[in-house]
Amino acid sequence: MIKKKSTANPRVLNTSTSTIGTAKKVYWLKVFIHLAAFLPLLNVYYLAFNDQLGADPVQYVIHFTGIGAFNLLLLSLLISPWAKRFKQGYLMQVRRLLGLYVFTYAFMHVLNFLAFDLQFAWSLFFNEVVKRPYITIGMVAFILLFLLAITSHNSLKRKMARNWQRLHNFSYLIAILVAVHFYWSVKSGLFTPVLYFILTMLLLACRYKKIKALCLSVINRERSTTPKIKNSI
Amino acid sequence: MLIKSYSRYQPTPAIKAAEITDESVYLRRRQLIKTLGFLGAGALISSSIPKTANAGFFDNNTTDDDRFKTKPLTFSADKANLSLIKTPEQKVISHNNFYEFGAQKHQPAELAQSFIVNPWQLTVSGECDKPITLDYDDLTTMFALEERIYRLRCVEAWSMVIPWIGFSLADLLKKVSPNSSANYVLFETLYDPKQMPGQDSRRLGGGIAYPYVEGLRIDEAMNPLTLMSVGLYGKTLPAQNGAPIRLVVPWKYGFKSIKSIVAIKLVREKPKTTWQQLAPNEYGFYANVNPNHDHPRWSQASERRITSGGLLARNRIATLPFNGYGEQVAHLYQGMDLGKYY
Repeated sequence: MIKKKSTANPRVLNTSTSTIGTAKKVYWLKVFIHLAAFLPLLNVYYLAFNDQLGADPVQYVIHFTGIGAFNLLLLSLLISPWAKRFKQGYLMQVRRLLGLYVFTYAFMHVLNFLAFDLQFAWSLFFNEVVKRPYITIGMVAFILLFLLAITSHNSLKRKMARNWQRLHNFSYLIAILVAVHFYWSVKSGLFTPVLYFILTMLLLACRYKKIKALCLSVINRERSTTPKIKNSI
Repeated sequence: MLIKSYSRYQPTPAIKAAEITDESVYLRRRQLIKTLGFLGAGALISSSIPKTANAGFFDNNTTDDDRFKTKPLTFSADKANLSLIKTPEQKVISHNNFYEFGAQKHQPAELAQSFIVNPWQLTVSGECDKPITLDYDDLTTMFALEERIYRLRCVEAWSMVIPWIGFSLADLLKKVSPNSSANYVLFETLYDPKQMPGQDSRRLGGGIAYPYVEGLRIDEAMNPLTLMSVGLYGKTLPAQNGAPIRLVVPWKYGFKSIKSIVAIKLVREKPKTTWQQLAPNEYGFYANVNPNHDHPRWSQASERRITSGGLLARNRIATLPFNGYGEQVAHLYQGMDLGKYY
């Protein structure tokens, strides 16, 4: 919320281009995001349904949507540090759209696994989610993403007040879970997962103070509400 | 919300459109997103989809001199397994785990096209009386070639049905007269980083140790099912499938079936194989297909049989012990705990 206010701060806006230009910029940026995120998805599924995506279209769409969701997640996490650093406050207005595309890709990722890979063998699906640590944390990340997506509407945001920000701070945890999910899922060739892990950590490091404060508040709250916590640790 | 105070559709009579989003601003923004590189969703568009998909489909008809050449072989047909639905040739030669040419499935078909296999030398040596070296022509002329339609089960839980052409490893081993110390057979892939980009770059090659090494117990190697393959679908092997000669052990996971072999050694001790060294808790020396022993990160109880059909192909089938070849090979493991010796 504080960051959003700075967006509207006339002094900040004056340092970039004109005030009215901002609304246009946001509009076209959103158009661009829609095209860049949705068209590849259409293209891939068209090819996959017609068996034109190499020998194993199932594996292809799973990997495509998985890495696509991660790319978009990192991009959405880049926005607030970028906007601050380069005084481009208008960028903050596309975060929700990016976040919803993260969820869309993640949803397709899970659906691909269930529908095309396991072919609705539900018991196998639940077994795999419980048994395989990398799938378990992937699923936790997905459920959190789902919660963020369904609470993304402005009316809910207003209703939830402070709790909305609390809930949406989980995006940092999601990023960590997804990075570990990717790292654990590969057979060999750790270069790419390690690179993504480092990028995730860098983006979280940009908001070091906020995350530290979050961690402290969680610890303090636990201490005050459940004094026995020490024994259980 | 303060954001709302700026209406998107606010008329802007005082300012010309060009001043708001002129081309340079527009391009700069795109550039900005592009320069974020792999982070950008835009990068998704330019990823290798069409290239991958098309590369596979134009392979066969191309007359391009740069592409790897295969030639027809003379062999006796496999009439016993005609009922198996074969994986289309195009899929067999475009979906490969051959990390020497890149760790992604589509990469070998793209990066192996300039691979030189003639001249070739395959040495068979070690604990034997008559070590020999086969040259390129020997590979297809020394033994009568036969077609074998085998199921191939990858450890990653997908499978294919492939009409291989080759000869029994047993025939080759008999030629060198193994001695009584020959307990195991070790196989080695060519090590040539100049030709094999995956050996030259850890990133491309998936970070496994090279040269690739595999091994079999001598009785597994002598089993009539164990095939030295020099071709598939009636022709010599494409580079990406392990030209000019590879192993095929149909009751074991695919990674045992080592490609582009330059050395076969009869040895006393159990060889240290590539994947087992990398992750001993995930890949054992035996690597027999076993639906009851899961890979730590996925179930081995079932598999997706790659045939034709896109996303909607209903191709998940139960995995059989020893990949369905139990009748021929189960006796090799009598009394062994297959959960322990996976």
